[in-house]
Amino acid sequence: MLLSAQDLTMRFGGVLALNQVSFEVEQGSITALIGPNGAGKTTAFNCITGFYRASSGRLILDGGEEGAIDLLEILGERFKAEDFIHPAAFFKRLYYKMFGGAHRVARSGVARTFQNVRLFKEMTAMENLLVAQRHRVNHNLLAGFFKTAAFLKSEEAAVAEACKWLEFFEILEDANRLAGELPYGNQRRLEIARALCTEPRLICLDEPAAGLNPQETARLNAHIRKLRDQFQVTVLLIEHDMGLVMDISDHVVVLDHGEVIATGSPAEIQDNQKVLEAYLGVAEEGEMRL
Amino acid sequence: MDLIIFVQQLINGLVLGSIYGLIAVGYTMVYGIIGMINFAHGEIYMISAYLTAVFLALLATLGIQSVPLVLLLVLLLTTLFTALYGWSIERVAYRPLRSSTRLAPLISAIGMTLVLQNYVRLGQGAKSQGVPPLIEGHFRLFLTGSDQFVQITYIQCLIIVAALLGMSLLTYLMQKTTLGRSCRATQQDRIMAGLLGVNTDRIISTVFVLGSAMAAIAGVLVSLNYGSFDFHIGFVTGIKAFTAAVLGGIGSLPGAMLGGLILGLSESFFSGFVNTDYKDVFAFSILVLVLIFKPSGLLGVPEVEKV
Repeated sequence: MLLSAQDLTMRFGGVLALNQVSFEVEQGSITALIGPNGAGKTTAFNCITGFYRASSGRLILDGGEEGAIDLLEILGERFKAEDFIHPAAFFKRLYYKMFGGAHRVARSGVARTFQNVRLFKEMTAMENLLVAQRHRVNHNLLAGFFKTAAFLKSEEAAVAEACKWLEFFEILEDANRLAGELPYGNQRRLEIARALCTEPRLICLDEPAAGLNPQETARLNAHIRKLRDQFQVTVLLIEHDMGLVMDISDHVVVLDHGEVIATGSPAEIQDNQKVLEAYLGVAEEGEMRL
Repeated sequence: MDLIIFVQQLINGLVLGSIYGLIAVGYTMVYGIIGMINFAHGEIYMISAYLTAVFLALLATLGIQSVPLVLLLVLLLTTLFTALYGWSIERVAYRPLRSSTRLAPLISAIGMTLVLQNYVRLGQGAKSQGVPPLIEGHFRLFLTGSDQFVQITYIQCLIIVAALLGMSLLTYLMQKTTLGRSCRATQQDRIMAGLLGVNTDRIISTVFVLGSAMAAIAGVLVSLNYGSFDFHIGFVTGIKAFTAAVLGGIGSLPGAMLGGLILGLSESFFSGFVNTDYKDVFAFSILVLVLIFKPSGLLGVPEVEKV
Protein backbone atom coordinates (compact mmCIF):
# COMPACT_ATOMS: atom_id res chain seq x y z
CA MET A 1 0.00 0.00 0.00
CA LEU A 2 1.46 3.35 -0.93
CA LEU A 3 -1.17 5.45 0.78
CA SER A 4 -3.82 4.47 3.22
CA ALA A 5 -6.41 6.89 4.49
CA GLN A 6 -7.93 5.81 7.78
CA ASP A 7 -11.09 7.41 9.13
CA LEU A 8 -10.27 10.68 7.45
CA THR A 9 -12.69 13.33 8.70
CA MET A 10 -12.92 16.93 7.63
CA ARG A 11 -15.26 19.40 9.27
CA PHE A 12 -15.94 22.94 8.11
CA GLY A 13 -17.81 24.42 11.04
CA GLY A 14 -20.97 22.34 11.18
CA VAL A 15 -20.53 20.78 7.77
CA LEU A 16 -19.10 17.31 7.68
CA ALA A 17 -17.33 17.28 4.33
CA LEU A 18 -15.61 13.96 4.92
CA ASN A 19 -16.98 11.42 7.36
CA GLN A 20 -14.52 8.68 8.34
CA VAL A 21 -13.32 8.07 4.84
CA SER A 22 -11.02 5.09 4.52
CA PHE A 23 -9.44 3.84 1.31
CA GLU A 24 -6.14 2.62 0.03
CA VAL A 25 -3.99 3.37 -2.95
CA GLU A 26 -1.91 0.47 -4.21
CA GLN A 27 1.71 1.05 -5.19
CA GLY A 28 1.97 1.37 -8.97
CA SER A 29 -1.76 1.60 -9.58
CA ILE A 30 -4.05 4.16 -11.11
CA THR A 31 -6.80 4.80 -8.59
CA ALA A 32 -9.80 6.94 -9.44
CA LEU A 33 -11.84 8.87 -6.91
CA ILE A 34 -15.33 9.44 -8.29
CA GLY A 35 -18.66 10.60 -7.02
CA PRO A 36 -21.40 13.12 -7.72
CA ASN A 37 -20.83 16.84 -7.24
CA GLY A 38 -20.25 17.80 -3.63
CA ALA A 39 -19.32 14.27 -2.62
CA GLY A 40 -16.06 15.43 -1.04
CA LYS A 41 -13.60 14.25 -3.69
CA THR A 42 -11.65 17.48 -3.84
CA THR A 43 -11.77 17.81 -0.06
CA ALA A 44 -10.20 14.37 0.22
CA PHE A 45 -7.52 15.47 -2.25
CA ASN A 46 -6.88 18.64 -0.34
CA CYS A 47 -6.38 16.68 2.85
CA ILE A 48 -4.03 14.19 1.24
CA THR A 49 -1.82 16.82 -0.34
CA GLY A 50 -1.59 19.05 2.71
CA PHE A 51 -3.75 21.81 1.30
CA TYR A 52 -6.16 21.31 4.19
CA ARG A 53 -5.49 20.02 7.65
CA ALA A 54 -7.92 17.16 8.21
CA SER A 55 -9.94 17.33 11.43
CA SER A 56 -9.09 13.78 12.40
CA GLY A 57 -7.99 10.46 11.01
CA ARG A 58 -4.70 9.16 9.72
CA LEU A 59 -3.02 9.34 6.35
CA ILE A 60 -0.19 6.87 6.16
CA LEU A 61 2.23 7.15 3.28
CA ASP A 62 4.67 4.31 2.85
CA GLY A 63 7.89 6.25 2.85
CA GLY A 64 10.12 3.54 1.35
CA GLU A 65 13.30 3.20 3.41
CA GLU A 66 12.16 5.91 5.82
CA GLY A 67 9.24 3.80 6.94
CA ALA A 68 5.67 4.98 7.22
CA ILE A 69 4.99 8.70 7.31
CA ASP A 70 1.83 10.14 8.79
CA LEU A 71 0.98 13.01 6.49
CA LEU A 72 -1.27 14.65 9.05
CA GLU A 73 1.45 14.59 11.65
CA ILE A 74 4.04 16.34 9.50
CA LEU A 75 1.51 19.04 8.62
CA GLY A 76 1.51 20.04 12.27
CA GLU A 77 -1.54 18.85 14.16
CA ARG A 78 -3.26 20.46 17.09
CA PHE A 79 -2.05 19.42 20.50
CA LYS A 80 -4.04 16.66 22.13
CA ALA A 81 -4.86 16.23 25.79
CA GLU A 82 -2.68 13.13 26.15
CA ASP A 83 0.34 15.05 24.85
CA PHE A 84 0.69 16.69 28.20
CA ILE A 85 1.33 13.33 29.80
CA HIS A 86 3.75 12.10 27.13
CA PRO A 87 6.51 14.65 26.69
CA ALA A 88 7.93 12.83 23.65
CA ALA A 89 4.65 13.10 21.78
CA PHE A 90 4.35 16.71 22.86
CA PHE A 91 7.75 17.69 21.51
CA LYS A 92 7.17 15.79 18.31
CA ARG A 93 3.95 17.67 17.71
CA LEU A 94 5.61 20.93 18.72
CA TYR A 95 8.42 20.28 16.25
CA TYR A 96 6.02 19.70 13.39
CA LYS A 97 3.92 22.67 14.44
CA MET A 98 6.99 24.85 14.14
CA PHE A 99 8.72 23.32 11.15
CA GLY A 100 6.05 21.23 9.49
CA GLY A 101 3.74 22.25 6.72
CA ALA A 102 2.58 21.50 3.22
CA HIS A 103 6.14 21.57 1.92
CA ARG A 104 6.96 18.50 4.01
CA VAL A 105 4.10 16.57 2.44
CA ALA A 106 5.45 17.50 -0.98
CA ARG A 107 8.96 16.50 0.02
CA SER A 108 7.77 13.13 1.27
CA GLY A 109 6.57 12.34 -2.23
CA VAL A 110 3.03 13.59 -2.81
CA ALA A 111 2.38 16.02 -5.64
CA ARG A 112 -0.80 17.38 -7.07
CA THR A 113 -2.45 19.38 -9.79
CA PHE A 114 -5.54 21.56 -9.50
CA GLN A 115 -8.88 21.48 -11.23
CA ASN A 116 -8.36 25.10 -12.22
CA VAL A 117 -4.76 25.25 -13.33
CA ARG A 118 -2.50 26.94 -10.78
CA LEU A 119 0.72 27.71 -12.57
CA PHE A 120 3.05 30.56 -11.71
CA LYS A 121 1.73 32.59 -14.60
CA GLU A 122 4.36 35.30 -14.57
CA MET A 123 7.20 32.82 -14.78
CA THR A 124 8.32 30.84 -17.80
CA ALA A 125 7.36 27.21 -18.21
CA MET A 126 10.97 26.26 -17.46
CA GLU A 127 11.05 28.33 -14.26
CA ASN A 128 7.82 26.68 -13.15
CA LEU A 129 9.51 23.33 -13.44
CA LEU A 130 12.69 24.51 -11.71
CA VAL A 131 10.82 25.80 -8.67
CA ALA A 132 9.48 22.30 -8.15
CA GLN A 133 12.96 20.76 -8.07
CA ARG A 134 14.12 22.01 -4.73
CA HIS A 135 15.73 18.69 -3.90
CA ARG A 136 17.94 18.87 -6.96
CA VAL A 137 19.09 22.48 -7.14
CA ASN A 138 21.88 24.06 -5.14
CA HIS A 139 20.51 26.21 -2.32
CA ASN A 140 23.70 27.86 -1.23
CA LEU A 141 23.01 31.56 -1.63
CA LEU A 142 26.64 32.49 -2.21
CA ALA A 143 27.05 29.70 -4.74
CA GLY A 144 24.04 31.07 -6.58
CA PHE A 145 25.40 34.58 -6.38
CA PHE A 146 28.79 33.76 -7.79
CA LYS A 147 27.58 31.00 -10.09
CA THR A 148 30.05 28.40 -8.86
CA ALA A 149 30.67 25.21 -10.79
CA ALA A 150 28.61 23.16 -8.35
CA PHE A 151 25.70 25.56 -8.72
CA LEU A 152 25.84 25.52 -12.51
CA LYS A 153 26.05 21.74 -12.53
CA SER A 154 22.98 21.38 -10.33
CA GLU A 155 21.10 23.90 -12.46
CA GLU A 156 22.03 21.93 -15.54
CA ALA A 157 20.73 18.72 -14.00
CA ALA A 158 17.48 20.47 -13.06
CA VAL A 159 17.05 21.89 -16.54
CA ALA A 160 17.70 18.45 -18.03
CA GLU A 161 15.04 16.94 -15.77
CA ALA A 162 12.61 19.70 -16.73
CA CYS A 163 13.31 19.12 -20.42
CA LYS A 164 12.66 15.41 -19.95
CA TRP A 165 9.14 16.11 -18.71
CA LEU A 166 8.48 18.85 -21.25
CA GLU A 167 9.44 16.40 -23.95
CA PHE A 168 7.31 13.69 -22.41
CA PHE A 169 4.29 15.97 -22.59
CA GLU A 170 5.30 17.28 -26.03
CA ILE A 171 5.55 20.91 -24.94
CA LEU A 172 9.32 21.37 -25.17
CA GLU A 173 8.96 24.27 -27.61
CA ASP A 174 7.07 26.23 -24.94
CA ALA A 175 9.92 26.05 -22.42
CA ASN A 176 10.77 29.75 -22.46
CA ARG A 177 7.29 31.15 -22.83
CA LEU A 178 5.42 32.61 -19.88
CA ALA A 179 3.22 29.92 -18.38
CA GLY A 180 0.17 32.21 -18.41
CA GLU A 181 0.45 32.67 -22.17
CA LEU A 182 0.32 29.00 -23.10
CA PRO A 183 -2.78 27.46 -24.65
CA TYR A 184 -5.06 25.88 -22.06
CA GLY A 185 -4.28 22.29 -22.97
CA ASN A 186 -0.55 22.93 -22.68
CA GLN A 187 -1.02 24.66 -19.33
CA ARG A 188 -2.73 21.54 -18.04
CA ARG A 189 0.12 19.36 -19.21
CA LEU A 190 2.70 21.77 -17.85
CA GLU A 191 1.04 21.56 -14.47
CA ILE A 192 1.31 17.78 -14.47
CA ALA A 193 4.94 18.09 -15.58
CA ARG A 194 5.60 20.47 -12.71
CA ALA A 195 4.09 18.05 -10.21
CA LEU A 196 6.29 15.30 -11.64
CA CYS A 197 9.40 17.44 -11.20
CA THR A 198 9.06 17.07 -7.42
CA GLU A 199 9.80 13.35 -7.99
CA PRO A 200 6.57 12.21 -6.41
CA ARG A 201 5.70 8.64 -5.64
CA LEU A 202 2.05 9.56 -5.61
CA ILE A 203 0.66 12.11 -8.02
CA CYS A 204 -2.85 13.39 -7.43
CA LEU A 205 -4.59 14.72 -10.53
CA ASP A 206 -7.73 16.76 -9.95
CA GLU A 207 -9.91 16.40 -13.05
CA PRO A 208 -7.03 16.31 -15.51
CA ALA A 209 -9.37 15.96 -18.47
CA ALA A 210 -11.61 18.92 -17.60
CA GLY A 211 -11.92 21.23 -20.57
CA LEU A 212 -9.95 19.00 -22.94
CA ASN A 213 -11.33 17.90 -26.28
CA PRO A 214 -11.59 14.15 -27.10
CA GLN A 215 -8.23 13.99 -28.88
CA GLU A 216 -6.51 15.72 -26.00
CA THR A 217 -8.23 13.42 -23.54
CA ALA A 218 -7.01 10.40 -25.46
CA ARG A 219 -3.48 11.78 -25.36
CA LEU A 220 -3.76 12.43 -21.64
CA ASN A 221 -4.98 8.88 -21.20
CA ALA A 222 -1.84 7.58 -22.91
CA HIS A 223 0.38 9.86 -20.83
CA ILE A 224 -1.11 8.72 -17.52
CA ARG A 225 -0.66 5.08 -18.45
CA LYS A 226 2.94 5.77 -19.44
CA LEU A 227 3.57 7.44 -16.10
CA ARG A 228 2.59 4.29 -14.31
CA ASP A 229 4.27 1.83 -16.68
CA GLN A 230 7.48 3.69 -17.52
CA PHE A 231 8.11 5.85 -14.47
CA GLN A 232 6.47 3.77 -11.73
CA VAL A 233 4.47 6.75 -10.48
CA THR A 234 1.30 5.91 -8.63
CA VAL A 235 -1.65 7.97 -9.80
CA LEU A 236 -4.68 9.04 -7.83
CA LEU A 237 -7.19 10.98 -9.88
CA ILE A 238 -10.54 12.66 -9.64
CA GLU A 239 -12.42 12.55 -12.90
CA HIS A 240 -15.91 13.11 -14.20
CA ASP A 241 -15.20 11.64 -17.61
CA MET A 242 -16.42 8.11 -16.89
CA GLY A 243 -15.00 6.85 -20.16
CA LEU A 244 -11.53 7.86 -19.05
CA VAL A 245 -12.03 6.49 -15.53
CA MET A 246 -13.25 3.08 -16.69
CA ASP A 247 -10.57 2.96 -19.33
CA ILE A 248 -7.42 3.64 -17.32
CA SER A 249 -8.06 2.99 -13.65
CA ASP A 250 -7.18 -0.20 -11.84
CA HIS A 251 -9.18 0.67 -8.79
CA VAL A 252 -12.11 2.97 -8.17
CA VAL A 253 -13.26 4.60 -4.93
CA VAL A 254 -16.75 6.08 -4.95
CA LEU A 255 -17.62 8.88 -2.55
CA ASP A 256 -21.04 10.28 -1.81
CA HIS A 257 -21.94 12.85 0.84
CA GLY A 258 -18.48 12.55 2.34
CA GLU A 259 -18.58 8.80 2.75
CA VAL A 260 -17.09 5.93 0.81
CA ILE A 261 -19.99 4.00 -0.67
CA ALA A 262 -18.09 1.55 -2.83
CA THR A 263 -14.59 0.47 -3.81
CA GLY A 264 -13.46 -2.02 -6.40
CA SER A 265 -12.42 -2.54 -9.97
CA PRO A 266 -14.13 -0.45 -12.67
CA ALA A 267 -16.27 -3.40 -13.70
CA GLU A 268 -17.51 -3.98 -10.16
CA ILE A 269 -18.31 -0.32 -9.71
CA GLN A 270 -20.36 -0.17 -12.89
CA ASP A 271 -22.73 -2.81 -11.55
CA ASN A 272 -22.91 -1.52 -8.00
CA GLN A 273 -26.46 -0.63 -7.01
CA LYS A 274 -25.44 2.00 -4.46
CA VAL A 275 -23.29 3.80 -7.01
CA LEU A 276 -26.10 3.89 -9.52
CA GLU A 277 -28.39 5.31 -6.87
CA ALA A 278 -25.87 7.96 -5.91
CA TYR A 279 -25.47 9.07 -9.48
CA LEU A 280 -29.04 8.76 -10.73
CA GLY A 281 -30.95 9.34 -7.52
CA VAL A 282 -33.21 6.83 -5.84
CA ALA A 283 -36.97 6.75 -6.23
CA GLU A 284 -38.53 7.51 -2.89
CA GLU A 285 -41.72 5.93 -1.72
CA GLY A 286 -43.69 9.14 -1.89
CA GLU A 287 -42.77 9.60 -5.51
CA MET A 288 -43.76 6.05 -6.27
CA ARG A 289 -47.29 6.64 -5.10
CA LEU A 290 -47.67 9.72 -7.20
CA MET B 1 22.46 81.16 -9.78
CA ASP B 2 19.38 79.11 -10.45
CA LEU B 3 21.51 76.47 -12.12
CA ILE B 4 23.54 76.12 -8.97
CA ILE B 5 20.45 75.66 -6.84
CA PHE B 6 19.04 73.26 -9.37
CA VAL B 7 22.10 71.03 -9.37
CA GLN B 8 22.44 71.22 -5.61
CA GLN B 9 18.81 70.28 -5.09
CA LEU B 10 19.13 67.53 -7.67
CA ILE B 11 21.92 65.98 -5.66
CA ASN B 12 20.10 66.44 -2.37
CA GLY B 13 17.01 64.92 -3.92
CA LEU B 14 18.93 61.94 -5.22
CA VAL B 15 20.36 61.31 -1.77
CA LEU B 16 16.99 61.60 -0.09
CA GLY B 17 15.41 59.47 -2.80
CA SER B 18 18.03 56.76 -2.40
CA ILE B 19 17.25 56.56 1.29
CA TYR B 20 13.51 56.38 0.69
CA GLY B 21 14.11 53.77 -1.97
CA LEU B 22 16.25 51.60 0.30
CA ILE B 23 13.57 51.61 2.98
CA ALA B 24 10.72 51.26 0.50
CA VAL B 25 12.22 47.97 -0.67
CA GLY B 26 11.27 46.43 2.68
CA TYR B 27 7.65 47.53 2.36
CA THR B 28 7.32 46.41 -1.21
CA MET B 29 8.92 42.99 -0.76
CA VAL B 30 6.84 42.14 2.28
CA TYR B 31 3.68 43.32 0.57
CA GLY B 32 4.56 41.34 -2.52
CA ILE B 33 4.97 38.12 -0.63
CA ILE B 34 2.30 38.15 2.07
CA GLY B 35 0.10 41.06 1.06
CA MET B 36 0.45 42.97 4.31
CA ILE B 37 1.89 46.39 5.07
CA ASN B 38 4.64 45.98 7.61
CA PHE B 39 4.17 49.23 9.52
CA ALA B 40 6.97 48.27 11.88
CA HIS B 41 9.46 48.62 9.05
CA GLY B 42 10.09 52.29 9.83
CA GLU B 43 11.05 51.27 13.36
CA ILE B 44 13.49 48.77 11.96
CA TYR B 45 15.19 51.70 10.30
CA MET B 46 15.16 53.61 13.59
CA ILE B 47 16.69 50.66 15.41
CA SER B 48 19.44 50.43 12.84
CA ALA B 49 20.34 54.07 13.52
CA TYR B 50 20.74 53.27 17.21
CA LEU B 51 22.68 50.13 16.45
CA THR B 52 25.04 52.26 14.36
CA ALA B 53 25.78 54.37 17.42
CA VAL B 54 26.25 51.28 19.56
CA PHE B 55 28.68 49.66 17.17
CA LEU B 56 30.58 52.88 16.52
CA ALA B 57 31.11 53.22 20.26
CA LEU B 58 32.06 49.57 20.53
CA LEU B 59 34.63 49.81 17.76
CA ALA B 60 36.04 52.99 19.25
CA THR B 61 36.49 51.22 22.59
CA LEU B 62 38.23 48.40 20.81
CA GLY B 63 40.58 50.99 19.39
CA ILE B 64 39.88 50.50 15.71
CA GLN B 65 40.81 53.75 14.00
CA SER B 66 40.87 53.10 10.27
CA VAL B 67 37.81 54.81 8.79
CA PRO B 68 37.11 52.36 5.92
CA LEU B 69 37.41 49.43 8.31
CA VAL B 70 35.11 51.04 10.86
CA LEU B 71 32.58 51.88 8.16
CA LEU B 72 32.67 48.36 6.79
CA LEU B 73 32.36 46.75 10.21
CA VAL B 74 29.56 49.07 11.29
CA LEU B 75 27.67 48.39 8.08
CA LEU B 76 28.12 44.64 8.45
CA LEU B 77 27.27 44.41 12.14
CA THR B 78 24.31 46.77 11.95
CA THR B 79 22.91 45.00 8.91
CA LEU B 80 23.28 41.68 10.64
CA PHE B 81 21.64 42.73 13.88
CA THR B 82 18.88 44.71 12.18
CA ALA B 83 18.13 41.70 10.01
CA LEU B 84 17.85 39.71 13.20
CA TYR B 85 15.31 42.21 14.48
CA GLY B 86 13.35 41.91 11.24
CA TRP B 87 13.40 38.14 11.43
CA SER B 88 12.23 38.11 15.03
CA ILE B 89 9.42 40.57 14.39
CA GLU B 90 8.05 38.36 11.67
CA ARG B 91 8.41 35.28 13.81
CA VAL B 92 6.78 36.81 16.88
CA ALA B 93 4.21 39.25 15.55
CA TYR B 94 3.15 38.08 12.09
CA ARG B 95 3.64 34.36 11.62
CA PRO B 96 1.18 33.27 14.32
CA LEU B 97 -1.44 35.42 12.57
CA ARG B 98 -0.72 34.10 9.08
CA SER B 99 -4.00 32.25 8.72
CA SER B 100 -6.24 34.79 10.41
CA THR B 101 -7.96 37.78 8.82
CA ARG B 102 -6.02 40.28 6.76
CA LEU B 103 -6.49 42.97 9.36
CA ALA B 104 -4.94 41.06 12.26
CA PRO B 105 -1.27 41.28 11.19
CA LEU B 106 -1.80 44.95 10.36
CA ILE B 107 -2.89 45.69 13.90
CA SER B 108 -0.09 43.53 15.20
CA ALA B 109 2.31 45.65 13.10
CA ILE B 110 1.03 48.85 14.65
CA GLY B 111 1.46 47.26 18.06
CA MET B 112 4.98 46.30 17.10
CA THR B 113 5.86 49.90 16.20
CA LEU B 114 4.71 51.02 19.64
CA VAL B 115 6.66 48.26 21.32
CA LEU B 116 9.83 49.06 19.41
CA GLN B 117 9.59 52.81 19.89
CA ASN B 118 9.09 52.49 23.60
CA TYR B 119 11.71 49.79 23.91
CA VAL B 120 14.24 52.19 22.43
CA ARG B 121 12.89 55.14 24.42
CA LEU B 122 13.21 53.24 27.69
CA GLY B 123 16.60 51.83 26.82
CA GLN B 124 18.21 54.86 25.24
CA GLY B 125 16.21 57.78 26.59
CA ALA B 126 13.87 60.13 24.82
CA LYS B 127 16.53 62.70 24.02
CA SER B 128 18.01 62.72 20.60
CA GLN B 129 21.29 60.87 20.28
CA GLY B 130 24.19 61.57 18.04
CA VAL B 131 27.12 59.90 16.40
CA PRO B 132 30.39 61.67 15.67
CA PRO B 133 31.03 62.40 12.00
CA LEU B 134 32.97 59.45 10.69
CA ILE B 135 33.57 60.60 7.16
CA GLU B 136 34.22 64.25 6.61
CA GLY B 137 34.99 66.05 3.42
CA HIS B 138 33.24 66.99 0.24
CA PHE B 139 33.61 67.81 -3.41
CA ARG B 140 32.90 71.31 -4.58
CA LEU B 141 31.98 72.07 -8.14
CA PHE B 142 32.47 75.74 -8.94
CA LEU B 143 30.56 77.56 -11.60
CA THR B 144 33.09 78.98 -14.06
CA GLY B 145 33.85 82.62 -13.42
CA SER B 146 32.11 82.89 -10.07
CA ASP B 147 32.55 81.73 -6.52
CA GLN B 148 29.28 79.83 -6.32
CA PHE B 149 29.54 76.11 -5.96
CA VAL B 150 27.67 72.88 -5.64
CA GLN B 151 28.72 70.80 -2.68
CA ILE B 152 28.57 67.03 -2.46
CA THR B 153 29.81 65.42 0.72
CA TYR B 154 31.53 62.06 0.55
CA ILE B 155 28.82 60.48 2.62
CA GLN B 156 26.19 61.67 0.13
CA CYS B 157 28.12 59.96 -2.64
CA LEU B 158 28.28 56.87 -0.48
CA ILE B 159 24.51 56.90 0.02
CA ILE B 160 23.83 57.05 -3.71
CA VAL B 161 26.39 54.36 -4.49
CA ALA B 162 25.12 52.12 -1.67
CA ALA B 163 21.53 52.46 -2.85
CA LEU B 164 22.44 51.65 -6.44
CA LEU B 165 24.61 48.72 -5.38
CA GLY B 166 22.04 47.40 -2.91
CA MET B 167 19.25 47.55 -5.44
CA SER B 168 21.28 45.89 -8.17
CA LEU B 169 22.35 43.08 -5.89
CA LEU B 170 18.80 42.56 -4.71
CA THR B 171 17.44 42.53 -8.25
CA TYR B 172 20.13 40.06 -9.27
CA LEU B 173 19.29 37.91 -6.26
CA MET B 174 15.59 37.85 -7.11
CA GLN B 175 16.05 37.17 -10.81
CA LYS B 176 19.02 34.83 -10.99
CA THR B 177 19.34 32.68 -7.90
CA THR B 178 17.45 29.69 -6.61
CA LEU B 179 16.27 31.70 -3.63
CA GLY B 180 14.95 34.43 -5.89
CA ARG B 181 13.08 31.89 -7.97
CA SER B 182 11.44 30.44 -4.88
CA CYS B 183 10.63 33.97 -3.70
CA ARG B 184 8.94 34.84 -6.96
CA ALA B 185 7.00 31.60 -6.94
CA THR B 186 5.89 32.21 -3.36
CA GLN B 187 4.91 35.74 -4.31
CA GLN B 188 2.65 34.50 -7.08
CA ASP B 189 1.02 31.60 -5.28
CA ARG B 190 2.18 30.87 -1.76
CA ILE B 191 0.08 27.76 -1.25
CA MET B 192 1.07 26.23 -4.56
CA ALA B 193 4.75 26.89 -3.83
CA GLY B 194 4.31 25.07 -0.53
CA LEU B 195 2.69 22.12 -2.29
CA LEU B 196 5.75 21.93 -4.54
CA GLY B 197 8.07 21.57 -1.57
CA VAL B 198 9.15 25.19 -1.13
CA ASN B 199 9.39 26.03 2.57
CA THR B 200 7.31 29.18 2.29
CA ASP B 201 7.73 30.13 5.94
CA ARG B 202 11.45 30.29 5.45
CA ILE B 203 11.07 32.26 2.24
CA ILE B 204 8.91 34.81 4.05
CA SER B 205 11.50 35.07 6.82
CA THR B 206 14.18 35.63 4.21
CA VAL B 207 12.18 38.44 2.69
CA PHE B 208 11.92 40.13 6.08
CA VAL B 209 15.65 39.68 6.59
CA LEU B 210 16.47 41.16 3.19
CA GLY B 211 14.11 44.10 3.66
CA SER B 212 15.50 44.84 7.11
CA ALA B 213 19.06 44.62 5.80
CA MET B 214 18.27 47.26 3.19
CA ALA B 215 16.70 49.49 5.83
CA ALA B 216 19.81 48.97 7.97
CA ILE B 217 22.07 50.21 5.17
CA ALA B 218 19.89 53.30 4.95
CA GLY B 219 19.94 53.67 8.74
CA VAL B 220 23.73 53.54 9.03
CA LEU B 221 24.34 55.99 6.23
CA VAL B 222 21.65 58.42 7.33
CA SER B 223 22.91 58.55 10.89
CA LEU B 224 26.44 59.13 9.61
CA ASN B 225 25.11 61.85 7.32
CA TYR B 226 22.90 63.76 9.75
CA GLY B 227 24.64 62.75 12.95
CA SER B 228 21.57 62.74 15.18
CA PHE B 229 18.43 60.70 15.64
CA ASP B 230 15.79 59.94 18.22
CA PHE B 231 13.30 57.17 18.81
CA HIS B 232 10.75 58.89 16.60
CA ILE B 233 12.59 59.04 13.29
CA GLY B 234 11.14 55.75 12.13
CA PHE B 235 7.62 57.09 11.91
CA VAL B 236 7.94 59.91 9.37
CA THR B 237 10.63 58.21 7.33
CA GLY B 238 8.60 55.02 7.37
CA ILE B 239 5.51 56.82 6.09
CA LYS B 240 7.57 58.50 3.36
CA ALA B 241 9.17 55.23 2.30
CA PHE B 242 5.77 53.55 2.30
CA THR B 243 4.50 56.37 0.09
CA ALA B 244 7.44 55.79 -2.21
CA ALA B 245 6.59 52.10 -2.42
CA VAL B 246 2.96 52.86 -3.26
CA LEU B 247 3.96 55.53 -5.76
CA GLY B 248 6.23 53.13 -7.62
CA GLY B 249 3.73 50.31 -7.45
CA ILE B 250 3.76 48.25 -4.28
CA GLY B 251 5.12 44.79 -4.90
CA SER B 252 7.58 45.95 -7.53
CA LEU B 253 11.28 46.25 -6.68
CA PRO B 254 12.31 48.77 -9.36
CA GLY B 255 9.07 50.58 -8.52
CA ALA B 256 10.24 51.12 -4.93
CA MET B 257 13.47 52.72 -6.11
CA LEU B 258 11.70 54.84 -8.71
CA GLY B 259 9.07 55.92 -6.20
CA GLY B 260 11.78 56.82 -3.71
CA LEU B 261 13.65 58.92 -6.24
CA ILE B 262 10.53 60.74 -7.41
CA LEU B 263 9.53 61.48 -3.85
CA GLY B 264 13.02 62.63 -2.86
CA LEU B 265 13.49 64.80 -5.92
CA SER B 266 10.08 66.42 -5.72
CA GLU B 267 10.60 67.19 -2.04
CA SER B 268 14.00 68.69 -2.57
CA PHE B 269 13.06 70.74 -5.64
CA PHE B 270 9.95 72.05 -3.99
CA SER B 271 11.82 73.12 -0.90
CA GLY B 272 14.59 74.60 -3.05
CA PHE B 273 12.40 76.64 -5.36
CA VAL B 274 9.08 77.16 -3.64
CA ASN B 275 8.69 76.59 0.02
CA THR B 276 10.27 74.34 2.60
CA ASP B 277 7.23 74.09 4.84
CA TYR B 278 4.96 72.66 2.19
CA LYS B 279 7.34 70.10 0.68
CA ASP B 280 5.45 67.20 2.22
CA VAL B 281 2.18 68.53 0.88
CA PHE B 282 3.69 68.63 -2.57
CA ALA B 283 5.12 65.13 -2.27
CA PHE B 284 1.83 63.66 -1.15
CA SER B 285 -0.07 65.57 -3.86
CA ILE B 286 2.07 63.78 -6.40
CA LEU B 287 1.09 60.50 -4.78
CA VAL B 288 -2.59 61.40 -4.99
CA LEU B 289 -2.28 62.43 -8.64
CA VAL B 290 -0.46 59.26 -9.62
CA LEU B 291 -2.95 57.08 -7.81
CA ILE B 292 -5.89 58.80 -9.52
CA PHE B 293 -4.53 57.99 -12.94
CA LYS B 294 -2.70 54.77 -12.16
CA PRO B 295 -4.12 53.14 -9.05
CA SER B 296 -1.58 50.32 -9.07
CA GLY B 297 1.36 52.76 -8.98
CA LEU B 298 3.87 53.62 -11.67
CA LEU B 299 5.41 50.20 -12.20
CA GLY B 300 2.85 48.06 -10.40
CA VAL B 301 0.82 45.43 -12.14
CA PRO B 302 -2.92 45.68 -11.61
CA GLU B 303 -4.01 42.96 -9.23
CA VAL B 304 -5.40 40.02 -11.11
CA GLU B 305 -8.46 38.39 -9.66
CA LYS B 306 -7.34 35.05 -8.31
CA VAL B 307 -9.70 32.21 -9.14
